Amino acid sequence: MRIALFVTCLADTMFPAAAKATVRLLERLGHEVVFPAGQTCCGQMHINTGYQKDALPLVRRHVRTFAPYDVVVAPSGSCVGSVRHQHAMVARAAGDEGLAARAEDVAGRTYELSELLVDVLGVEDVGAYYPHRVTYHPTCHSLRMIRVGDKPQRLLRHVRGLELVELPAAEQCCGFGGTFALKNADTSTAMLADKMRHVLGTGAEVCTAGDSSCLMHIGGGLSRLDAGVRTVHLAEILAATEAA
Amino acid sequence: MTTFLGMPTTAPRGVGNLRGDEPFPAAARKALGNAQLRRNLGHATTTIRAKSGAVIGELPDWQELRTAGSALKADTMARLPELLVQLEEKVTAAGGVVHWAADANEANRIVTELVQATGHDRVIKVKSMATQEIGLNEALEAAGIEPVETDLAELIVQLGHDKPSHILVPAIHRNRAEIREIFLREMPGVDPALTDEPVILAGAARRYLRETFLSTKVAVSGANFAIAETGTLAVLESEGNGRMCLTLPETLITVMGIEKLVPTWQDLEVFLQLLPRASTGERMNPYTSMWTGVTPGDGPQNFHLVLLDNGRSAVLADEVGRQALHCIRCSACLNVCPVYERTGGHAYGSVYPGPIGAVLSPQLTGVEDNASLPYASSLCGACFDACPVKIDIPSILVHLRNEVPHPRAEQAVMASAAYTMDHPKLYAAAQHAAKLSRFSGRRLPPPFNGWTASRDLPEPPPETFRDWWAKR
Amino acid sequence: MSSKDLMLGRIRAALGDTAPPAGIPRDYRGDRVADLDLLVHRLEDYRAVVHRGVPIAETVAALAPAPLVVPPGIDPAWLPDGVKVLPDEGLSADTLAVAGGVLTAATVAVAETGTIVLDGSPDQGRRIISLLPDLHICVVRADQVVASVPEALTRLDPGRPLTWISGPSATSDIELNRVEGVHGPRRLHVILTEALS
Ligand code: SF4
Repeated sequence: MRIALFVTCLADTMFPAAAKATVRLLERLGHEVVFPAGQTCCGQMHINTGYQKDALPLVRRHVRTFAPYDVVVAPSGSCVGSVRHQHAMVARAAGDEGLAARAEDVAGRTYELSELLVDVLGVEDVGAYYPHRVTYHPTCHSLRMIRVGDKPQRLLRHVRGLELVELPAAEQCCGFGGTFALKNADTSTAMLADKMRHVLGTGAEVCTAGDSSCLMHIGGGLSRLDAGVRTVHLAEILAATEAA
Repeated sequence: MTTFLGMPTTAPRGVGNLRGDEPFPAAARKALGNAQLRRNLGHATTTIRAKSGAVIGELPDWQELRTAGSALKADTMARLPELLVQLEEKVTAAGGVVHWAADANEANRIVTELVQATGHDRVIKVKSMATQEIGLNEALEAAGIEPVETDLAELIVQLGHDKPSHILVPAIHRNRAEIREIFLREMPGVDPALTDEPVILAGAARRYLRETFLSTKVAVSGANFAIAETGTLAVLESEGNGRMCLTLPETLITVMGIEKLVPTWQDLEVFLQLLPRASTGERMNPYTSMWTGVTPGDGPQNFHLVLLDNGRSAVLADEVGRQALHCIRCSACLNVCPVYERTGGHAYGSVYPGPIGAVLSPQLTGVEDNASLPYASSLCGACFDACPVKIDIPSILVHLRNEVPHPRAEQAVMASAAYTMDHPKLYAAAQHAAKLSRFSGRRLPPPFNGWTASRDLPEPPPETFRDWWAKR
Repeated sequence: MSSKDLMLGRIRAALGDTAPPAGIPRDYRGDRVADLDLLVHRLEDYRAVVHRGVPIAETVAALAPAPLVVPPGIDPAWLPDGVKVLPDEGLSADTLAVAGGVLTAATVAVAETGTIVLDGSPDQGRRIISLLPDLHICVVRADQVVASVPEALTRLDPGRPLTWISGPSATSDIELNRVEGVHGPRRLHVILTEALS
């Protein structure tokens, strides 16, 4: 299958390892990955901060860039959430019904990585090997906005060598929330402190998730504590093999 | 055109309790420093989440009930004028008197005059969000009338000279030991040997209020539901203080937001299943009272119903935000909110705290007066899932963020970021610039220092994904 | 302009041409058969004491409330000998507050929620009589029991003053834990009898 990668601006700039892993994984499974030039950012930060009008050109760009592809994948539940639940809304608010319809069309073909693997490609065992104790944080937007359910855990359970340990209070937000972490830094930090306490309590070596943003938040806190737990994107675990 | 009758108007300033003294982040910072508060809230919300989850799990049709509740509320709002008029007719036909109050000042004046007309100077009150919203107690006190709160948590708040911090349990921020201390200090005639056992504390409240219930001739209540079809009002409660207030006095004055309407008697079957389970985590709350006008020989013989707007019509004017009026005040969204759980209710400044408060208060007052509240959320979405009438609170928050006045500096940053991201060459250049700057010491200047105060920033990678891809 | 006209005008202006939803999806359950065992379980779960299939007068006598308040239309067969009975003919609040208990019938009981509903009929009386005494004994017939809330509403007359009772008075206001015993009756006994034939 020919799959267009929507890398997301955060993974592109700060976490290319997650994006490269997505490419490696899909190619290993026998699919062709293309990277449509012209893509930048879905506009989620603008939309969620109250700058819907500024986001309009970004929505237009995103829709134009990905309209030619049958299947689009992003290694981020949050950005897929924005594409699915916000792009058409932004277009409508600007009175552009045509764009809204095209945005809905693209959204209908856009998948978060675990959705693509399990629902579209029909695989749960991707042939990965990752000999570590891992805990999974189901990020809010993956969980409640696009409802990936237990697909990531199903994928992780098939990874050889991996010991999956349950994260207590897993469904609670880590406190990131985009500009929330800046505008309400104290509250965000208090939420992060509890999330880190739970992560550390599992004794895991690695905390994984399907969103680089939340991982950046949790990882930034763990790094400050020098806690010795790493944050690793789900794609990197699924891409890992014995050979690598 | 009907607009000659006036455009929808927000709640007036200078009266009531919808506006805080300081922005949410500042108020939250203080609350976060209170470890006891955090423990009390964490304990209480964890308890209620478990209870509520268990009884909701008993209903295989919970989602169907939510869907019906949501549709019923949308229907009610769309037909509000006719339903309000119908309610007035039915209540009047059953011997009640209906008053219309456009705002808090008018409602306070109506209630004060009604109490004064009875010749009494004390009223007993059943917990009511609407009367807290309009500052009725303050208005009554100013007129020399003593309002006595009879709900246990309200009593704790009133005796503690405190403010409510939760829709359902206004004293949720207090634990049993603190409640015992308040009772010992403030409750006349209390047994000095009082322990902090909840049963003992509840018993103390029973003894303290008994004589007041038996001797007070006027009561003020809110309402959970009002049935347009029949003129019936419903109050759901636990302790029996509601039954006391609705049954013993000679005069009953009910103050109700116009959004509390339910079209038909049959429609109650949805809300009576949703509310107790989402709210107190009970299959049914201990007591629900329903009355239609006046029943000769049984209960208050004078019944007044005050219909309150106070900004609700302004909420209704916003096509996205109006679903906030569907709220049945169960407080489930507070109980699951990770922000509320850590800051408590006072930080929101309004009587409506938590996720629903963050969308309702700014709409009732106009967003300028509560500009920080739409941002008091990480948009995690837990509130939406918990809401028994499926109010999409995260979407309303995002919507309202577009309406609040934005700081100038932020506007400039956002505009330039959007411009850059709409120009891939500029975007790639900006990526490289970020990489080269290598944020020294991993601490950033304002406004980004909020991040680096407690978290490190990742090291920028040696090459971006698109550079890597280009080289493949 | 009256406040009524002002408010209605504002609401109409706010709504514009908003249309009501096409219909209300009512896909939730209704029309089920009541389960008496479930009613007993749910009543007991919320600390009501249930007496099932026992002689009414003797059960009331064993609880020994004195004096026993009764509504004017109470079934005389339910009254035990030797217990001082106070029929409600406008008893004062002070008298009711010190009574030993009250005996009433009910209109409907809801199995799924453990709720009994009183509607002020002659065998249930004024609302105040089942509120002030500390013990409420309520007789429920099997044919008055319905499965759930929707079925209960169809049997009730909204024009009457209704009191829905689910267990004794309780509060969750201290640390959100339910404890029994605040202002309403602290003891609730339900006597469940056979259906009327
Ligand atoms: S918004 Fe929903 S969850 Fe929150 S209090 Fe209102 S009804 Fe309950």
